[in-house]
Amino acid sequence: MNLTNLLNLSETMGKVTRLGIRHAGALGISALAWAGTAAYAVNDLAGGPGVNQLNLHPAVTKIAEEQHWLHWFMMIVCVVIFVAVFGVMFYSILKHRKSVGHKAANFHESTLVEIAWTIVPFVIVIAMALPATKVLVASKDTTGADLTIKATGIQWKWGYDYIKGEGEGIGFVSTLDTAHRQMSNNGGPKAGEAPDNYLLKVDNPLVVPVNKKVRIITTANDVIHAFAVPSFGIKQDAIPGFVRDTWFRAEKTGDFYGQCQELCGKEHAYMPIHVKVVSAQDYTAWVAVKAKEAAAKADDPSKVWTLVDLKARGEKVYAANCAACHQPNGKGAGPIKPLDGSAIVLDTDHAKQIRILLNGAAGGAMPSWKALSDTDLAAVASYTKNSWSNQTGVIVQPAEIQAQRGKPG
Amino acid sequence: MSAVLDHPDHAHDAHDHHAPTGWRRWVFATNHKDIGTLYLLFSFTMLMFGGVLALLLRAELFQPGLQLVNPELFNQLTTMHGLIMVFGAIMPAFVGFANWMIPLQIGASDMAFARMNNFSFWLLIPAALMLGTSFLLPGGAMAGGWTMYAPLSLQLGPSMDAGIFAMHLMGASSIMGSINIIVTILNMRAPGMTLMKMPMFCWTWLITAYLLIAVMPVLAGAITMTLTDRHFGTTFFNPAGGGDPVMFQHIFWFFGHPEVYIMILPAFGIVSQIIPAFSRKRLFGYASMVYATGAIAIMSFVVWAHHMFTTGMPVTGQLFFMYSTMLIAVPTGVKIFNWIATMWKGSMTFETPMLWAVGFIFVFVIGGLTGVILSVAPIDIQLQDTYYVVAHFHYVLVAGSLFAMFGGYYYWSPKWTGVMYSETRGKIHFWWSLISFNVTFFPMHFLGLAGMPRRYADYPMQFADFNALASVGAFLFGFAQVYFFFLVVLPAMRGKGVPSKQNPWMDEGGKGAEGLEWEVPSPAPFHTFETPPKLDATATRVIG
Repeated sequence: MNLTNLLNLSETMGKVTRLGIRHAGALGISALAWAGTAAYAVNDLAGGPGVNQLNLHPAVTKIAEEQHWLHWFMMIVCVVIFVAVFGVMFYSILKHRKSVGHKAANFHESTLVEIAWTIVPFVIVIAMALPATKVLVASKDTTGADLTIKATGIQWKWGYDYIKGEGEGIGFVSTLDTAHRQMSNNGGPKAGEAPDNYLLKVDNPLVVPVNKKVRIITTANDVIHAFAVPSFGIKQDAIPGFVRDTWFRAEKTGDFYGQCQELCGKEHAYMPIHVKVVSAQDYTAWVAVKAKEAAAKADDPSKVWTLVDLKARGEKVYAANCAACHQPNGKGAGPIKPLDGSAIVLDTDHAKQIRILLNGAAGGAMPSWKALSDTDLAAVASYTKNSWSNQTGVIVQPAEIQAQRGKPG
Repeated sequence: MSAVLDHPDHAHDAHDHHAPTGWRRWVFATNHKDIGTLYLLFSFTMLMFGGVLALLLRAELFQPGLQLVNPELFNQLTTMHGLIMVFGAIMPAFVGFANWMIPLQIGASDMAFARMNNFSFWLLIPAALMLGTSFLLPGGAMAGGWTMYAPLSLQLGPSMDAGIFAMHLMGASSIMGSINIIVTILNMRAPGMTLMKMPMFCWTWLITAYLLIAVMPVLAGAITMTLTDRHFGTTFFNPAGGGDPVMFQHIFWFFGHPEVYIMILPAFGIVSQIIPAFSRKRLFGYASMVYATGAIAIMSFVVWAHHMFTTGMPVTGQLFFMYSTMLIAVPTGVKIFNWIATMWKGSMTFETPMLWAVGFIFVFVIGGLTGVILSVAPIDIQLQDTYYVVAHFHYVLVAGSLFAMFGGYYYWSPKWTGVMYSETRGKIHFWWSLISFNVTFFPMHFLGLAGMPRRYADYPMQFADFNALASVGAFLFGFAQVYFFFLVVLPAMRGKGVPSKQNPWMDEGGKGAEGLEWEVPSPAPFHTFETPPKLDATATRVIG
């Protein structure tokens, strides 16, 4: 039996009760106003959700536009059916009630009527299926792409690799802004300070050119995720061990947002998608910058680092990858093991920690980080060995990581 | 006139020594009415448990940011809420109704296999305990969603194993319950009760029971493969060893979609009993109702992949599942039209059961229409895994199944307990539930259209108002059910209230509820129809 979990649950119950008592008088309209967007002074997010938005996102691709049209068409048909059916029912309820003296009739079947109300819905269904088929077939046609990008779902961030087309070879990882994740843990944004892109801001957005057919290949590293951008009308599961694809041709420049749509573990709500659609020139310029950056960043794994430099780099790696679970203070939480004071981190045999970094642990609860570079892994290992109460003064060099790669965990 | 009183030797009941008392009556229960009561009390307990989990979720989602639970616990709560409501509340509750009503409706003395009946109920207790206490296992309860998708399910802690075993037990229980219902209906009908004269509730349950027998083993297979993937080195669903995670989804939904109908067909049956009784008119299109139920059941086997439009099926696959799903709207529509035609030119009164039945039709149709919208694959691409889907299935499962069961409770509880419920309290319960239900779930359509994903512990600020509204509605809805238990169910169980007539739903003109259950006294005696009753031509009255 796990006491922490039990305590956790009872603590939650306590919080609910306290919240209930605190707000008992305020329940209802005033509570809504207090909790609602008004108090937070939030605005619509262009390319993302609007405040109390009632319909689908404004479309920026042909497919999304057709989806809108289909949805309106379906809505209208359904509302007409609804009104007709319940018009009859409520008429009957008003007129054919005992209290107004209506006597029950005796009929209980009519082959003609029954055939009619089987055939008419059948015809309506066919009328719905025809336009839907057209849109579906168009949305599945991923041929002739100008640019192919692989989106890899990773617990809990997105990896983007430019596979084919302008910018080929660019690859980076896109993670939720750590300040936003922290805000969430601290009970949400404070009133008046809520960013409009709360939980949607990432460090590295996916950049694509406008008016070009972009094919997105999805896959995943660990569990199933789903890549979705409502404004583009796309949603495609990212399945480990398999590749699937979808496509879009954005007709407007701007920022567009989506979120992971398939339950993928505890940080499911914290792996947003931010697509920046830019003009052809801006895209070319961005590709050039990225290429330069890549050249500068290409780390030589045999380079010998000083502790200060490596720790500084490790702090960034830790914040982007580790802090969500192990916490910025290294204390862990619930089933997440603390790093502060951890025997494995402090062990003089560096291989113990390195192998866990490379291969994961606890049946995947601690994922494998082999996708990170040798230098990044060495940096984060050095950081954990020299932070909080862990002051070993020991440094892990990239070469040590390289030596452990491929060895069984 | 009472059918049971046709035993001239009243002493028969007295020397009938196998009416045990105390705890033995329940633990060793073989009487269909006692077992029905056990099922209903169990499922209500689970409804409350699952409801508390849901309210914790709604409390967390009341405003953006994490205030009450961490994301791990949030995922555990969503998962357990789903599993408990589906396997612990809705399914056993319908078995409870079946146990109570099927023998009474077909003039049988009991269920066919009385001891197996006992076993299938008592299997649920360890299953529920195993599920409920999995919160205490290391790593907490199951957190991969009620759909248990691989490979996330392969990452979870020991609670996943507990959950798998619990579901095996519940599956075994359901299969035994179904065998019992099928054999009872096919073999134990009173002479003259032909299949096509049988009450609709029996028909819907007969078909449901076949569905259960067909798909529960499929679920058992899927979760057993998950278990061996977790512990015995197989890689059915684990891509690391060449397994296919999507295969899990195909197998799961091959069970999962018929399961949806398992949870709604008996509800159709209950509503088909209530509407004619309070319209004082026979059910319109009885035969087409039976055929429509059968059609829905058969079609439910060929629509499963509409839950998987975003997995990246080939376009022909998507088209097939889109068309087949849309087609299901036809037989479902037939049922709705039949109910309204039954009401048409009737002589309606609106006691509580009728309110629930009409409320059911109204709200269920909203869920049905959003279902048709979701069946359109290009729209589903936008709405899959968003709150729109959450709204849709709560409209069909809460407003569908649960509302029908409330209707069934008010309709039959006078027969079960021998006392009438308070009409005022019943109406308060109905309106309170109907309004708070819609306050809770209607705004979720908007959240889904705006793209808010389901199973999210925290959300962008723009979704705050509708979430707050839904949370307030959820608490109101929850309290309505507490009200129902303490002010409607408990008094009835204590026998407080006006004694019920043998047929409380028969008006002075002799019109109203028909069926053999109204031919026995209220409350129904421990043993009924010990000798097969002689029926009139319509098989609704006992004539000797």
